[in-house]
Amino acid sequence: MTKQFSRRDFLAASGALIVSFSGASQFVVAQGPFATHPSHINPESLDSWLAVAADGFVTAYTGKCDFGQGMYTAQTQLVAEELCVPFGKVKLIQCDTSITPDQGTTSGSQSTPTNFNSENVAQAAATGREALLAMAAQRLSVSVDQLTVADGIVHAPSGAHISYAELIGGKRFEMTVNAKAKRRSPADWTVLGKSIPSTDQTALMTGTFEFVHNIHIPGMLHGRVVRPPETGATVASVDEQFVQHLPGVIKVVVKTNFVGVVAEKQWQAAQAVKVLKVTWTPATTPLPLQKDFYDHIRKQPSRQLMLVNSKDVDDKLKSAAHVLKATYSYPYQSHGSIGASCAVADVQADRATVWSSTQSVYPTRHSVSVLTGLPLDSVRVIFVRGSGCYGLNAADTVSYDAALLSQAVQKPVRVQLTRQDEFVSENYGAACVIDQQVAVNNSGAIVAWDCETWSTSFGGRPGYDKPGNVLTGMLAGLEPETITPKVAIEPTGELRNGNNAVPSYVVGCVSGKCGGAGSIRSERVLAHAVKSPFFTGPLRSPLRLQNTFAHECFMDEICAYLKADPVALRLQHLSDPRVMDVLKAAAKLANWEARPSPTRQTAHTGIATGRGIACVAYEGDNGYAALVAEVEVDQASGEIHAKRFFVANDSGPISNPAGLRNQLEGGVLQGMSRALGEEITWDDRKVTSINWQTYKTLPLGIRVPTIESVLINRPDMKATGAGETTITLAAAAIGNAVFDGTGARLREVPFTPDRVKAALAARG
Amino acid sequence: MPSLNDSLGKMSPIPLKVNGKTHNVDVDPLTPLLFVLADELHLRGPKFGCGLAQCGACTVLIQGKAVRSCVMPLSALKQHEVTTLEGLGTPEKPHAIQQAFIDEQAAQCGFCLSGVILTAKALLDEKPKASDEELQDAFSNVLCRCFTHTRIMQAVRRYQAGLA
Repeated sequence: MTKQFSRRDFLAASGALIVSFSGASQFVVAQGPFATHPSHINPESLDSWLAVAADGFVTAYTGKCDFGQGMYTAQTQLVAEELCVPFGKVKLIQCDTSITPDQGTTSGSQSTPTNFNSENVAQAAATGREALLAMAAQRLSVSVDQLTVADGIVHAPSGAHISYAELIGGKRFEMTVNAKAKRRSPADWTVLGKSIPSTDQTALMTGTFEFVHNIHIPGMLHGRVVRPPETGATVASVDEQFVQHLPGVIKVVVKTNFVGVVAEKQWQAAQAVKVLKVTWTPATTPLPLQKDFYDHIRKQPSRQLMLVNSKDVDDKLKSAAHVLKATYSYPYQSHGSIGASCAVADVQADRATVWSSTQSVYPTRHSVSVLTGLPLDSVRVIFVRGSGCYGLNAADTVSYDAALLSQAVQKPVRVQLTRQDEFVSENYGAACVIDQQVAVNNSGAIVAWDCETWSTSFGGRPGYDKPGNVLTGMLAGLEPETITPKVAIEPTGELRNGNNAVPSYVVGCVSGKCGGAGSIRSERVLAHAVKSPFFTGPLRSPLRLQNTFAHECFMDEICAYLKADPVALRLQHLSDPRVMDVLKAAAKLANWEARPSPTRQTAHTGIATGRGIACVAYEGDNGYAALVAEVEVDQASGEIHAKRFFVANDSGPISNPAGLRNQLEGGVLQGMSRALGEEITWDDRKVTSINWQTYKTLPLGIRVPTIESVLINRPDMKATGAGETTITLAAAAIGNAVFDGTGARLREVPFTPDRVKAALAARG
Repeated sequence: MPSLNDSLGKMSPIPLKVNGKTHNVDVDPLTPLLFVLADELHLRGPKFGCGLAQCGACTVLIQGKAVRSCVMPLSALKQHEVTTLEGLGTPEKPHAIQQAFIDEQAAQCGFCLSGVILTAKALLDEKPKASDEELQDAFSNVLCRCFTHTRIMQAVRRYQAGLA
């Protein structure tokens, strides 16, 4: 039987973390139900989500964590609002497998939907408020409907009042979360809907915020890893003789193809991995050539998925007045977190604690259990923020690195990846190639849309059972998930457009039910997943961005062919009012002039200016946005400079307008960087984009475009994600603006100066 | 690798003045300043971003200049004092440039801030009226991967306006 965590263990193990809790929170942690049963946090139980301390401070436990996108502040607002306590009296504990409920992974624009709609954190807080009102009614001898509550104090009409602290402070609710507890109406909101400043800003600006990189555990050692120098290389031998006598070196650790060194100090570990002689066996086959890669992937065996098929597309194409075709391609891209990933693990004979910036503490707990052989109940994973991750960066893999190295020395080990480690260790955003084809009739309407996509896949999120889905897991001998080829069957059930493979302009009919955002009835979308030579995984707007780039640029090509205004023709083929509204709102904000592209400027030299638009129903129904880009193109150098962006966004009820704007603006500019320069490169054996000179990101020192946003607030709708809407549109809006200004169509991301010049030259 | 062994072997306390305090650190003199600040002194401002002086996350001020501490061996510091992001001001009393960033809510993940704030401060201390082009030049190898650019530039201009 494994030893369970005790309260003492908790405090001892989390010394670095606990100091950031308030006194009240420490009390609550001590009283909470989880320190003794790390595996049995029951999401049905209100006490799993909420605790009121004797001084009235509230601690809420959430399985959705903040990576810098403002989720800590927004969730704190949510709890304060639903519970009717001041914002400043709520503390959150985020993502700790011994304390917080298992809410899976913080990803996919799901945190707001998960915790703000009628479930989880919101429903727990609403349950808590109702329970406290019922207790107050009994204590004050009045009926609940006569009571009012504000700032954690319940008032009776007589003037009598009682505080939450008096009602329950320091005690458990001992009740289940009530799915029917009434949520506060947005009309009554006093905390939600306000631009409350993000709680982390002062600590960040003054350099006092604790990142996972800053965790120090007594007796902590430093680890570095040796990654295979070529993709797919395996360890032939490790010769330790040159490092054995280096000062501070504790141990060389080899497990199948995983190699690392533990030393007393970081500098010693960094030197030792450079000196360590590892002989590698190269992969049996070279990497596919990058220059032919998009042709290569379309020839590979694939796992096919037919998303919609009206079965009349071929006939429509044959009989159409006009048929238009185009192919778009999108490269592998890096998460490119500014901080190379870091984790700390303390693995002892009978238990493990890992401090990690993973998006997935519970799945990571499973992986660490598998990697160390320790029972699940003996593993605790504590989230501590790292640098912005934007998806599956190397945070998971470095957590495994730390666990393996710590286990080998039975002492706490901190592992810092190098920049190159990070670039070769992470799960890239997938490369894709997308074929588009439409039939257009003589009156300028699109009558059929045919889309075939090929996306690359290997590994991915480890989830609860696949540690091999990230590099360290595979190096340690665990199998990654790979593609099993499969022929498409006809779609059944309902439309699944989570990847936005289905363009917004079709009806999206499956089994007679139409879930699309558009009006084109003849439709076919076939998606192929192809085995990737590199690990892939979610990167902000995974596949949604790639697919939307292809759809929205192709729509623009159709508009140009028909000499139609890009807003008007979109509206003509849309049916979902929320997409139509954001499209109209963005156009209005930008003072959009209704006319076809390209603009009448004809000069093929000098600086050309243009504007372009794109819109999306993110994942079909998880956020709506439209983006207008205004760009300048230097036709001599091929450089694109975006001057202004105009955003319209609808993510349902807005929790924090300033926080939302921050996400929308960051998304636009990150999307611009991905559109203009970012691309993983490789030669026949290895990835060659391994630092910030070879992987091209836009720095801070650019002429920063202005961004204006209109936020459409829909208090009556369910909350949706907002962190991935605008990034989905940037490449398409910029590409369309370049076409508008120059008449040159860009169909391959990134829009490097060379590609722009080639497209300009192809205008004839 | 005899030279490496030799250098790694040299361990004697080295005085180091950081944010007004003098410390004696017992490390190999070739240790990058960043590792000393982060691992020995437990400072949180300067951060390991790339270790290649390409991103700015490890930036500190030395003699008023923004310096990349990840590639600067401790031995190259001579006797100069180091100022880190936490040396500018405190959460209770932030420096004016930190206050400008707080007012503009100019961080998402915030990992880049040593590079951003200290690079801006070094430039504006020397050239309070620095032009947009001069700022762009100073920021040409400073990264913010959350792309909080609009708010960062608003914060820099807010601070700059206060210098006038």
